[in-house]
Amino acid sequence: MKLTDGEQAMLDGREGKAKQKAMDLLVRYGEALGAERFVDTTNVAGVPAYFSPVLLDYYKVAPDDAYDIIYSRFDLDSDEIVEVPRMMTNSCALQGGVDAEGWKTLGKDYELLRMSERSEAASAARGIRILKTCTPYLAGNVPARGEHCAWMESSAVVYCNSVLAARTNTEGRESTSAAMLTGKIPDWGFHREECRVATHHIKVDVEVSSVMDWGMLGYFVGAVVQERVPVLTGLISRHDLIRHKHFGAAAASSGGVEMYHLEGITPEASTLEQALGGRPPQTVCSYGTAERRRIYEELNSRASDPNVDFVMLGCPHAALEQLREITALLHGRRISTHCNLWVFTSRAIKAEADALGYTQIIRAAGGALLTDTCSSIAQAVPPGTKVAALDSAKQTHYLPAITGIQAWFGSTADCINAALSGRWTGALA
Amino acid sequence: MTGAIPETRVKSAMDATKIVLHGRKVVGGYAEGEALVTRDTISGWGGINPLTGTVIETRHELHGHSFKDKVLVFPGAKGSSGWSAAFHITRITGTAPKAFVFNEMTTKIALGAVVMRIPSVTDLDQDPLQLIRTGDWIAVDGDRGIVEIHRSGTSGHGPTSI
Repeated sequence: MKLTDGEQAMLDGREGKAKQKAMDLLVRYGEALGAERFVDTTNVAGVPAYFSPVLLDYYKVAPDDAYDIIYSRFDLDSDEIVEVPRMMTNSCALQGGVDAEGWKTLGKDYELLRMSERSEAASAARGIRILKTCTPYLAGNVPARGEHCAWMESSAVVYCNSVLAARTNTEGRESTSAAMLTGKIPDWGFHREECRVATHHIKVDVEVSSVMDWGMLGYFVGAVVQERVPVLTGLISRHDLIRHKHFGAAAASSGGVEMYHLEGITPEASTLEQALGGRPPQTVCSYGTAERRRIYEELNSRASDPNVDFVMLGCPHAALEQLREITALLHGRRISTHCNLWVFTSRAIKAEADALGYTQIIRAAGGALLTDTCSSIAQAVPPGTKVAALDSAKQTHYLPAITGIQAWFGSTADCINAALSGRWTGALA
Repeated sequence: MTGAIPETRVKSAMDATKIVLHGRKVVGGYAEGEALVTRDTISGWGGINPLTGTVIETRHELHGHSFKDKVLVFPGAKGSSGWSAAFHITRITGTAPKAFVFNEMTTKIALGAVVMRIPSVTDLDQDPLQLIRTGDWIAVDGDRGIVEIHRSGTSGHGPTSI
């Protein structure tokens, strides 16, 4: 890689040990990618030195003393332990494994909470924003068009590239922690104009307008294109933040989609030709009634028992409008005594939900509004859970694999109905 | 570790059919071991259990199979940005593969291979997924970007034969 004088100074240790180790990792990473240089990044989202029991055990360290050790040895992949200074660039911390308020509901012990709080406080002391969400763009971190970012969280990455037209690859924990210290990330992939054009054209021949349908379409697209860039044309309507959020999260789960174009909708796809960069697509395929039915059946192949004992909503973390829909469906009613309802959002959105009375409505109905994590990340479901109902294709993809439970997939209303009755009655409309 | 692969280090090299593939270094170093081949891309976080070194993705071809100490031959990475961290933990828990041989470069797999510190090669002149079968003995020379396939004749044809 070609380094600037400033980058070389960091690599030589002239800016301190921490930046040296961070640059060393970034150079190894850039060379592995085949990148030739770095870009300056002004927006980094990661999970810096997030403490987990496995890491604390392995490094044989108590939470109070762990930050520099875990940041050095795990995040920077350095055998030498360095003192971690304040961050160089605008940085934020994404979701973790426990809710600071609802940890008991999640079945987590105090030790885990304490671990999380230590790591969070140490990050905050170094200037990192504690957003604790997979949706930083809903919690006050909205990059500008063309801004070079270094983000983790596949659902946020795909939103950042596709909807905001900012530029990021799917970064990992180690690369984001190194970027926070240096303000550098390899100039590769979605930072480069030529990598942002679509190679696959998907023609949507069936009406896609509900959030559930957007999620199913995303799940289809990810499976078809894997990590390539698709452009979609056809019967897609009612585009809004929530639909993009569910589409992108699904496409980044069944495949590795980091950027998509919707003709006439997303900012880098005024026309099909623009999205394709003036080249013919490598592949053209259709999404019609049969494909829609197949995806629905695939997402529902992870359940057979209609007795639902757990409903989890808020993947990716719920927007306020989704909490409004959930509370409208729940208002004045109580969920089945055989069922639990957990709704996940960010701290920022929960503050609004508290003020609007939504948190109380969910609680009065027998559910809980939780933050900072989700069932998959926390590996937490209520004790004895056998069958979940989910409105997120992404969560349906991951939760049964991680916890071994069954999971139904449907609309938010299907899920709330299941919470109220304890029975799954969802069907494809 | 750099330089040529000494023939004597390669198990059953004498009676094996040897195929040599040339590609690009991702991470240097030398390793050899039994191939575990899949045509499915692999998820890191949520797709593997890093404490046991097994694939847990429900509908994956390798579901339930362990990649510990294997040369993992696969199309590439998909899914969560926790890919590198999940595979990084396999290095810590001792359940990591010995080497990566893959087709599709992504940030997930590049970072994962770097922090796992295992020899990794991509951009090969022939498709490793076509040529390598589960059970083949594979030598990976990361620095030179070389993958040697040694087939004893008893190798399996896919994950079902593990």
